Amino acid sequence: MRVTLERANLLKSLNHVHRVVERRNTIPILSNVLLKAEGASLEMKATDLDLEINEATPAVVEQSGATTVAAHLLYDIVRKLPDGTEVMLSTDADGNTMTVVSGRSNFKLQCLPQSDFPELTAGEFTHTFRLDSTVLKELIDRTQFAISTEETRYYLNGIYLHTAEHDDDIVLRAVATDGHRLARCETAAPNGAESMPGIIVPRKTVGEIQKLMDDPDVAVTIELSDSKIRFTIGAIVLTSKLIDGTFPDYQRVIPTGNDKDMMVDRQTFAAAVDRVSTVSSERGRAVKLALSDGQMTLTVNNPDSGSATEELAVGYESDPMEIGFNARYLLDVTNQLSGSDVKFTLADAGSPTLIFDTADEKSLYVLMPMRV
Amino acid sequence: MTPATAGERRCLQCGSPRLVRHAELEALPIAHIDCDAFYASVEKRDNPDLRDRPVIVGGGRRGVVSTCCYIARINGVRSAMPMFKALKACPEAVVVKPEMEKYARVGREVRDMMRALTPLVEPLSIDEAFLDLTGTERLHKDTPARVLARFATAVEREIGITVSVGLSYCKFLAKVASDFEKPRGFSVIGRAEALTFLRDQPVTLIWGVGKAFAATLESDGIRTIGQLQQMDENTLMRRYGMMGKRLFRLSRGEDERAVHIDHEAKSVSAETTFNHDYGTAAELLPILRTLSEKVANRLKASDTAGRTVVLKLKDTEFRIRTRNRQLPDRTQLADRIFRVAAPMLDHELDGTKYRLLGVGVSDLASDAMADPMDLVDTGATRRAKAEEAMDAVRAKFGTKALETGYTFGTGSRGKPQRDQEN
Repeated sequence: MRVTLERANLLKSLNHVHRVVERRNTIPILSNVLLKAEGASLEMKATDLDLEINEATPAVVEQSGATTVAAHLLYDIVRKLPDGTEVMLSTDADGNTMTVVSGRSNFKLQCLPQSDFPELTAGEFTHTFRLDSTVLKELIDRTQFAISTEETRYYLNGIYLHTAEHDDDIVLRAVATDGHRLARCETAAPNGAESMPGIIVPRKTVGEIQKLMDDPDVAVTIELSDSKIRFTIGAIVLTSKLIDGTFPDYQRVIPTGNDKDMMVDRQTFAAAVDRVSTVSSERGRAVKLALSDGQMTLTVNNPDSGSATEELAVGYESDPMEIGFNARYLLDVTNQLSGSDVKFTLADAGSPTLIFDTADEKSLYVLMPMRV
Repeated sequence: MTPATAGERRCLQCGSPRLVRHAELEALPIAHIDCDAFYASVEKRDNPDLRDRPVIVGGGRRGVVSTCCYIARINGVRSAMPMFKALKACPEAVVVKPEMEKYARVGREVRDMMRALTPLVEPLSIDEAFLDLTGTERLHKDTPARVLARFATAVEREIGITVSVGLSYCKFLAKVASDFEKPRGFSVIGRAEALTFLRDQPVTLIWGVGKAFAATLESDGIRTIGQLQQMDENTLMRRYGMMGKRLFRLSRGEDERAVHIDHEAKSVSAETTFNHDYGTAAELLPILRTLSEKVANRLKASDTAGRTVVLKLKDTEFRIRTRNRQLPDRTQLADRIFRVAAPMLDHELDGTKYRLLGVGVSDLASDAMADPMDLVDTGATRRAKAEEAMDAVRAKFGTKALETGYTFGTGSRGKPQRDQEN
């Protein structure tokens, strides 16, 4: 293999693919990126066996071929090369080393043969649809924070993507929950998605997709097979396993009988929660909201350090009530919202509370209260 | 140090031959109090027929000796000895199954009496504690030594068991002293004779020097504390690190450790050794459930909850396996502990037979944030409410008033009934 390309192109693509490679690997080939020179492009591929990113970038191929080298190492080298230079990658005759030449710099890297590189076979794709990257990004942004990290409930370790009927329309919905909070965001179902099965996209895949959508005007093609999902974003192809599990019936969790509405200015509320929670301990981040006519009192009590209260004017006309929440979860939700006001719909201190964004009808949040 | 030699003199006031004389007697404030053959003494108290017979408290066919009375000790029985060996040494011994709840109750009574002497009581176990009586002279209008002597006789009179008292100026020597004249001992080690007393003692007397470390010292030619006294601190620290520093100080009778009141538990666990080896879920799950309930009860009683569930197994070759799993939130519920531990147990059921099963919870903190309500797992919330109701019923009608199907029809320790005969 002998190929020359611009450093900027190589860096951009390596930046996309190298993140998939885990820093610590027990299988040596998984630390490597596959480089394949063919036609007029260099193709790069990295995998962790659950997720694979593949990207091609223009290059001058003198001699086609393929090899694998340590991904983070190559990325670090290319990153430190001077801007605007050209990079030449070439393998030696026996294929044991690859030379990286740029200007006066010369690196020799250990290789592993291309044939050892694992292939993530996607199987036959049964559903294909396209989404604007801004729409996909919003589905992810609004729900990602609620993904669970609890390994025992592996079926919560991702975003549940599925279609549902909403006001006579078919919508594509993203739902994530960790048992404490739930986030739901939806968009009109694109052509081809109507009959798709419900799938759970793993947390790591969601995070990578989010980072790959830096260009707002690109349409993303999504393909589904039995156990895999493939995103194609321009020259980048990301293929991922899906979580093999059943997402719980989340509709049952979303309360329908909550009758106490409360409106509050989003930023004022978030700032107040942040302030009073300063005195809370690492362990117990409970903040108590006491609601009465037109007023909310936030209280944090930490037996070890002290207490804090703050009063806010709110739109509230129901019977007085008190309810406790984890301060961090409140802030996680308010950070997702875009409207100037946030609307809470409450039932009682022991029941899930609904939170809406006044500027965004497509999203909905459910928060489990805490005993305070 | 002169513990009274009986016979020659008697107390002028009460005529007792138990006399203690020591130059520093009135000035020493740190005491270590240890109940004599605690479990056996409690059993003898409750069943006077046992009084003059050798009594061994311990479990089952395969259990070990938890405690044995002094009559049994004459015949060579020691605690932690396998039961069959103990019975070979002392065939006429009466074996009593331990009744931990009873001992805990008696232990608490003794501890309450200690707390009447000073607030600075540091319990080491169910039956022993350090007491710091510094500054209590004005309260008791008497010296620590006399207060403790009265305490020892009061325990005998009111609770019906005997204790041994060690009195010194530091924890290390107080503990050494209490071991001296057991049972019913009252020994004193003062500053003046600390060095000479320690000189001829074996290094194992030092707290923290166990079998392994003693062997290391032995290979370096060190057997007595006197040899350590000859060495300087730098040499000891170079050779043994932080332990060297401890050796240097303790060998000279210097122990700065204060008596701490709150000896906070780092974990709560329960385990049991079976009479037969078990290897199936049908046999082990009921035991796991019982142990989970035991752990949960202790967590609830102390208003704590833990984040890590630990499973412990010992196979027939005495190899120990421990497995643990961290939870997203702390728990104090038997249901939660059991449901986390059960899959871990299931994973270890590879045909291996086990002689011991234990479950515990560590990473403890207050239960204020424990077991939050869950949006998705609504069953967990329901089961938590059920457990609360079960606890209420048990508090009123006894622990066996209500059981889950896991343990129903099994013995008091969750074991299959056939074990109960042993």
